[in-house]
Amino acid sequence: MDAQQYGEEAGIENMNNTSNIDKNIFAQRKRANKIGLTLSMGAMLLGMVFLLWILSVLLFKGFSAISLDLFTHSTPAPGSEGGGLANAIVGSLLLVGTCTFFSTPIGVLAGLYLSEYGDRSRVAAITRFVTDIMLSAPSIVIGLFVYAFIVAQARHFSGWAGTVALALIAIPVVVRTTENMLRLVPGSLREAAYALGTPKWKVAFKVTLRAAQSGVMTGILLALARVSGETAPLLFTALNNQFFSTNMNAPMANLPVVIFQFAMSPYDNWVELAWGGALLITFAVLGLNILARVVFREKVQG
Amino acid sequence: MDILQSHSAPTPQALRIAKLQRVQDFLFHGITQFFALSVLIALMGILISLIINAWPALNTFGPGFFISQEWDVVKGEFGGLIAIYGTVVTSVIALLIAVPLSFGIAVFLTELCPGPLRRPLGTAVELLAAVPSIIYGMFGLFIFAPLFAEYIQPVLASTLGQVPGFGILFSGAFNGIGILCAGLILAMMILPFIASVMRDVFEIVPPVLKESAYGIGCTTWEVVKNVVLPYTKAGVIGGVMLGLGRALGETMAVTFVIGNAHRLSPSLFSPGTSIASTLANEFGEAEAGNHLSSLFALGLALFIITFIVLAFAKWMLNNMEKKQGLKT
Amino acid sequence: MNSFLKKALFISAISFTPVAFAADMTGAGATFPYPIYAKWAEAYKAKTGSNLNYQSIGSSGGIKQIKAKTVDFGATDNPVKFEELEKDGMVQFPAIIGGVVPVMNVDGVKPGELKLDGPTLADIFQGVISDWGDKRIALMNPGVKIPSGPITVVTRADGSGTTAIFTDYLAKTSTLFKDAVGSGANVKWPAASTVGGKGNEGVAANVTRVKNSVGYVEYAYAKKNKMTFISLKNKDGNYVSPDDLTFSAAAAGTDWSKIPGMGTFITNASGAKSWPITGASFILLYKNPENKANAAEVIKFFDFAFKDGKKMAEELDYVPMPDVTTEFIRKNVFAKVVTK
Repeated sequence: MDAQQYGEEAGIENMNNTSNIDKNIFAQRKRANKIGLTLSMGAMLLGMVFLLWILSVLLFKGFSAISLDLFTHSTPAPGSEGGGLANAIVGSLLLVGTCTFFSTPIGVLAGLYLSEYGDRSRVAAITRFVTDIMLSAPSIVIGLFVYAFIVAQARHFSGWAGTVALALIAIPVVVRTTENMLRLVPGSLREAAYALGTPKWKVAFKVTLRAAQSGVMTGILLALARVSGETAPLLFTALNNQFFSTNMNAPMANLPVVIFQFAMSPYDNWVELAWGGALLITFAVLGLNILARVVFREKVQG
Repeated sequence: MDILQSHSAPTPQALRIAKLQRVQDFLFHGITQFFALSVLIALMGILISLIINAWPALNTFGPGFFISQEWDVVKGEFGGLIAIYGTVVTSVIALLIAVPLSFGIAVFLTELCPGPLRRPLGTAVELLAAVPSIIYGMFGLFIFAPLFAEYIQPVLASTLGQVPGFGILFSGAFNGIGILCAGLILAMMILPFIASVMRDVFEIVPPVLKESAYGIGCTTWEVVKNVVLPYTKAGVIGGVMLGLGRALGETMAVTFVIGNAHRLSPSLFSPGTSIASTLANEFGEAEAGNHLSSLFALGLALFIITFIVLAFAKWMLNNMEKKQGLKT
Repeated sequence: MNSFLKKALFISAISFTPVAFAADMTGAGATFPYPIYAKWAEAYKAKTGSNLNYQSIGSSGGIKQIKAKTVDFGATDNPVKFEELEKDGMVQFPAIIGGVVPVMNVDGVKPGELKLDGPTLADIFQGVISDWGDKRIALMNPGVKIPSGPITVVTRADGSGTTAIFTDYLAKTSTLFKDAVGSGANVKWPAASTVGGKGNEGVAANVTRVKNSVGYVEYAYAKKNKMTFISLKNKDGNYVSPDDLTFSAAAAGTDWSKIPGMGTFITNASGAKSWPITGASFILLYKNPENKANAAEVIKFFDFAFKDGKKMAEELDYVPMPDVTTEFIRKNVFAKVVTK
């Protein structure tokens, strides 16, 4: 039924008559709505223009560098033709891989402590607070710390120092997301397990963690994505390597620093390789982000 | 009755298992506490080593270090004001531009966008959050800065630059690179972050809340302003703080376009330097002594700024929640 | 989780794999000679399989890292004084000679078209001359159309041997510059519109993109980027353009064997064809290194470079060290390094 019929039945007069509405206020609200939404559209357009501009530059310039050579040849010397990014790609994979290998257990276990024991512990409260600060910490300061502690003491740059620097950036991310995801697990699940006589550690691993596992994986993937593109912490730790090497105890080639070196150089093939490497990192990180979202979305709707 | 009686005396096997489980729980507590403590210790260690390494400079120059304009490597006189100014100003410019734009993008993606466009546009925004920051630097120096100098800076100088008092912000040579350019590039960099966080939290708003507002005749804008925003304010503020944190600490994107000049100037067109880019440029070569120590002091300053921003955000959030009666 | 563990184990297995038996040496320092060192390293690897990994972080960076003993050798265009070498137990030798070139970016001015002399160049970098339309520039360049506009001075943001060489030249030719600014790897550039670039490549990138700018780079960067260089009046009064002939003319008069520590600047050299801002790039080694095997390999590398690397150097517009000097280096510098 329409408004008139409803009004008749309910005994309200002039339901359809909009004269008892203050037209001014209504017009004002409509205007505010129009202005707000138009500004919103405008912001969207402006934002998207810039973003698409950068994206298209990246795709356009980087695409020409993608070829089999990129993955099979190492970085070329200045003035030499061709070349690829094999050593940088392998180096980055090693650095990020070992970083994940170390930061995952440390971060997940620390997150477990914060969520399972963290309500009554002062240590936990302080850890949470410090982790929050470190989440926004400038990555270059972490690189300086690792240089002073590891590189200067060991008297050489190394892939391990780079791994430590990246881990220090990744661990706060893993800790916080793990804790948040674990807290989302309903208490009733835990209580049901306790009621069966399960010890706390089993509840933690086999019930809570398993229930939150997709969220925790998301956190790990996001941390991975974050450290893949970091340049500053590697500048003074892993340094860089012109040649192919898998020796973690020596300077290690990596994509971000190579891009940094090659981007401003006067050699055309270097600039092309820089854009190609940038494209690689972008798509790797995007892939990880999408993976994290797909995995996470499934669990939320299920 | 039997069932109750069977629980009166536990079997030796059950006792053994219970003891084992107690030990396992004790170990579990210990191990997880150990890892949490080691995270805490590592992070505190970073802060403490920063303070220790910065101490010589702070001792030599006193607290006036943070407001001193000196940066003379030859004479050994250092001060943090120029770098701190560069960091703060570029980040503020970046926020002023990125937050409204991200808000617009988030509102568009959640309220206005036609269905089939939603996924690809959302992915495009996420794709940009994935771009390593060094690309923004390259884009800034190679493509944006020359265009900025050619087309936009003259326009700014002739319009806003003519306003008395305010106009001094837009004076000086049209180099392209400089503080304003760095702020703009930073804005482009943090835009995808803030936009996707805002989009995510806007999507979590329970539809029933929005529908009830529409039901009493609210316009779309009113729903966004009075229902969506208050509900998601924690996430929105979190996203903005995340973006701000990245802007404050960003090294590579800024180093390419800020001009790297240790000079304080009222004009936004002039080159300057930020804490992160000073560190990137000079750490590799600073000899132990006042130079190296001053660099660490700058790092400490950056930490303090980040800390203040975070504490302020938490306090603001707490206040808002108190007003809403969510907390006492 | 199982497959994750497997992947993790695989990754850690690779990282523990010992690298091939060839040595891995690391060197760091000046961006000035970086193109030729990297080229030599590539050729050396092809010949012997050893990796000489050179990272260009600036001359001051090279000095700091070798002092911290985090690298096997340091490279600097800003030579270390003999007393300091003795104090730290290091030796120094010049490995290659090149030229620093002032470059500019002004509409319509072609490479080599603008002619300046030392004092005028110093005035520009000091900010005393702040506009391209200044009469003093026009006086030296009758007939050249130079549009006026404020000059943006591009310098090095990091501690640089290239800066040391360039400011040494400016200080030699202009007492005003010497008193106001001085010379060294790090100077306080007084011009109001100074922009800093990281490394030679940063200066090149900035000059090519900022209109009405002027800067200084090592010649290889200017040539590769096809930048507009400025011709200079040398000590003998002739206007010269930079190339390896004018660089070697400038270096010809230097007797390296007479200088303790072999560290010296060769700017403003006499000679009809000399390029006034020529300089050498030096290598720093410990007399008693911690890693003796690596030090021996570094010496072998430079020995190879001196013998077989001459053509590669010339192709990149550097000037290789003359045989007389390399013989001297072998006898008096390499011999001092304990490699066993």
